[in-house]
Amino acid sequence: MTKTDVLMTGVGGQGVILASDALAETALKAGYDVKKSDSLGMSQRGGSVVSHLRMGEHIFSPMIKKGDVDFLLAFERLEGARWADYLRRGGIAIINNLAIPPLSVVGGTSTYPSTVEVEEIIREYTDEIYFIPATEIAVELGNPQVLNVLLVGFLSLFLDIEEKSYIGDLSQRVPPKFLQLNLKAFARGREEALIRKQNRQH
Amino acid sequence: MALGAYHAGVSVATAYPGTPSTEILENLAKMEGIYVEWSTNEKVAMEVALGASYGGVRALVSMKHVGLNVAADPFFAASVTGVRGGLVVICCDDPGMHSSQNEQDNRHYARFAKVPILEPSDSQEAYNLMEWAFKMSEEFDTPVLFRSTTRISHCKTVANVKEAADIKRKQPRFIRDPYKFVMVPSNARPRHPLMEERIQKLSSYMEVFPLNEMIIGDRSIGIISAGAAYQYAREVFHNASFLKLVTTYPLPQNLIKRFASEVARVVVIEELDPFLEDIIKVMGIQVIGKELVPIVGELSPQILEERAINAGLLPQPQQMSQSTKKVERALPLRPPLLCPGCPHAATSYALRRLGFYHVEPHDEQASEKRVMARQKRQGIIVTSDIGCYTLAVYPPLLALDTCACMGASIGQAHGLEKAGVTNKIVSVIGDSTFLHSGITSLVDVVYNKGHGTVIILDNNTTAMTGHQGHPGTGISARGEETQKVIIEDLVRGIGVRDVNVVNAFDLPLIEATIKRCVETDEPSVIIVRGPCPLRVRIKGKPLVVDLEQCDKCFNCLRVGCAAITKDGDKITIDTALCVGDRCSLCLQVCHRQAFKVSEG
Repeated sequence: MTKTDVLMTGVGGQGVILASDALAETALKAGYDVKKSDSLGMSQRGGSVVSHLRMGEHIFSPMIKKGDVDFLLAFERLEGARWADYLRRGGIAIINNLAIPPLSVVGGTSTYPSTVEVEEIIREYTDEIYFIPATEIAVELGNPQVLNVLLVGFLSLFLDIEEKSYIGDLSQRVPPKFLQLNLKAFARGREEALIRKQNRQH
Repeated sequence: MALGAYHAGVSVATAYPGTPSTEILENLAKMEGIYVEWSTNEKVAMEVALGASYGGVRALVSMKHVGLNVAADPFFAASVTGVRGGLVVICCDDPGMHSSQNEQDNRHYARFAKVPILEPSDSQEAYNLMEWAFKMSEEFDTPVLFRSTTRISHCKTVANVKEAADIKRKQPRFIRDPYKFVMVPSNARPRHPLMEERIQKLSSYMEVFPLNEMIIGDRSIGIISAGAAYQYAREVFHNASFLKLVTTYPLPQNLIKRFASEVARVVVIEELDPFLEDIIKVMGIQVIGKELVPIVGELSPQILEERAINAGLLPQPQQMSQSTKKVERALPLRPPLLCPGCPHAATSYALRRLGFYHVEPHDEQASEKRVMARQKRQGIIVTSDIGCYTLAVYPPLLALDTCACMGASIGQAHGLEKAGVTNKIVSVIGDSTFLHSGITSLVDVVYNKGHGTVIILDNNTTAMTGHQGHPGTGISARGEETQKVIIEDLVRGIGVRDVNVVNAFDLPLIEATIKRCVETDEPSVIIVRGPCPLRVRIKGKPLVVDLEQCDKCFNCLRVGCAAITKDGDKITIDTALCVGDRCSLCLQVCHRQAFKVSEG
C-alpha cells in the first residue's frame, strides 16, 4: 500500500471538495487509512479552495508538507501554479487548462499567467505535467458540473485503486438521474489519461 | 463530535452558526429523538443548554471561538452552579483566521472559568471523547469545555463508531435546590471553594485518564503535544518520545513529571499561546516551547519541520528544500468576493459612492471656506458587521470603514456620532447578525436620542456559514415552519419611526433612501431585502452586452461581480454565473445602456 498525497485546488463552486470527499471515501473502502483537510477561506464562491488528501498505511497529519505532493489536481490553471511548490520532485501535475481570472486581473491591476508561464512554474518541480481541456470535455458531455468527476477519472489511472471502487462510490453518491452522466465523465477522464500516458511513453 | 454526542445520549443541542463549528448542529439536526435548535446567539444557546442540564438531561452547546465571548457570562455562571445532566460546551478555535476576526486561544477559558477542557487530535478521538466529556461533567458537577480547531473540525479522518448504538437518554426531572441554582451572594460564596476543590479532584482524575498517551521512542527528545499539533509532531518527528494530552486543563502533573524524567529534553508543541508550556514551566520543568513553535498563526507540518531543522532538532535534509531556491513569482491573489446576484452588492456599491469623498485631497490649503466646503463634501462613514457583506471591504467595492465583532456596527456608529464626528454615519448589519446582537444596540440609539441610520441587509438566511435558519426566516433547525420574527415590526416596536423596506436590487431607490435618512434628526432603519442567490438558485432572463454602446468606461467592473469579465477591452458576461435580470445591477450602473435583458 503506497502512501499517496493528493492536493486538489480550484475556485469555489467548481466541486473541489466533493471530488476530494469522493476520492477519500473510495480510498477508505479500498483499505487505506485516509485523512483529508479542506481550506475554503470565507467565500462560498469565487475564492481559492484547496483540499489536502492523504492515504496510506497509517497517516498522522491531515495536511501535506511542501515538496511532498504526489499528485496536484488543479481545477483551474492559476490555482495550479499557486500550489506548484507543494509538488515533490517528479510528482504529477494534472491541470485543467481553464482560466478564471480573479477580479484584480479583470480590473487591470494584475495579469493572468499564460499556459506557457504556468508550465514554466510547474516545471521547476516536475516534468510530468498534463494540461487537459477538462471543462470543454465536460461541456461536450452535457454539463460543466461533471468537471470534478472527470478529473478524478483522469487521476484514477495513476492510483493503486481498482476502477470498480470508484464506480461503486459514484453509484452511492450521485442521485440516479445524474448517475449515467457522471459515470460517463469518469470513464472519459480515465480514457483521456490513458491516451496521454501512452503518448508520453512514445 | 455530533455522532459522539448522539451516541452518548445527548437530549438537547443548541448552537449559533459560526465557522468552523456550524456542521456539528447541522448534523445533529439530522438525528432522531433529540431536540436541536439554532439559538438567537451563543449566550442564549448556552443558557438553553444549561437549563436543559438543570432539567436532568445531557445537553450540548456548540459555537466558534469568539462565540464563547458572547456566551461567557452564562458559561462562568454554569461553572459556579454546576450541572445535573452532563453539559458539554464545544468551542471551535480558528488558528490562522480562515474565517474569523481574531485567533484567540480558548484554552484560557478553561483555566479562567475553572472547568476541565478536552482536546481531540482527530475524528476518532473526537467521537470517543464525547462520551467521556458527558461522564466527567456529571461526575464532577461541572460544564466541560471541548475544544476543536479548524484542522479538527474541517478534517475528515477514519473513525470506528458503535454499531446501531443502544442509546440511553436521561429522564428529564428538575429537583429544586436553591443553594445550587440560585446564585445570590450568600449561595454563591460557598460554591467557590467547591470549584477549587473540583479542579484539584479533576487534576488527580486526569492522571489516569486513559486517552492521554505516552509513547517512549528515542529518549533524546520528548514531545508534549495536543490536538492537531500532535499529529503534525508525529509526522515530523518520526522516532521521538511523545506524551499526547487530550486533557489540557487541569494538567496531569505527575504524568508530565514522569514523562520528563524519561527523556533528555522536553519540547512542547502547541498551536497559538504557550498554554501548556507556561503551566509546565511553573512545575519547574525546563522545556523548549514558543522559541520553536510560532505563537502566531496556524501551525502546519511544514512550519514545524522548518523550525525543527533550524533549531537543530532534526537533521538537515540531504537535498536543498525546493522552496528556498526558487524565484518567488507574484501570482494574482483570489480574495473571496460577493457572489453574482448577491443582494448586498447594490447597497455596497451605493455606500462606496456615498463614502468616496472622505479620502481628502492633501494639497488643499485649510482656509475657513475650504474647511466648510470639505465638511459639506465629507463622505458617509460606514460601520459594518460580521457577514458576507463584510467582503465589500475588498476592492473594487471598498465600501466599509469598520468591522469588529457580531453586532458592533450600530453601537460604533452611535459612538462616532456622540463623539462629535460630523460625517453622516451609516451602520450595516445582516438580518441574522441584527437578531443575534444588534437589537439591544438599536434600543440604545433610540433611548439615547441618536440620529443614526441602520441598514439591515435582509437576505432571509444566515448566508456566510451556509444558509442556516434564524428567527427572521421562520424556519427551524430541522427545516420546519415556525413563528417568523418580522424585522420591520420589531424595529418599530423598539421606537424607530422612520422604517423603510427597499428592494435589494433597486440601486436608485437604495441610494435615495440612504441620502434621505442620513439627513434626518432621528434614528432610521432601512431594510434592504433580497434573497441569497445561492439559496434560492433561480435565474432571471439572461443579460447581454451591446459592445457598440459600450464606451469602455468600465464602471460596471466597480460592482465587483464575478460574472463580468474584461477580455482585452471588451466587457463580457459569463452567463453560467450571472443570475440575469433578477439582479441587473450592471445594467443600472451603465450610463450607456450597454447591458440589455435578452428576450430569447
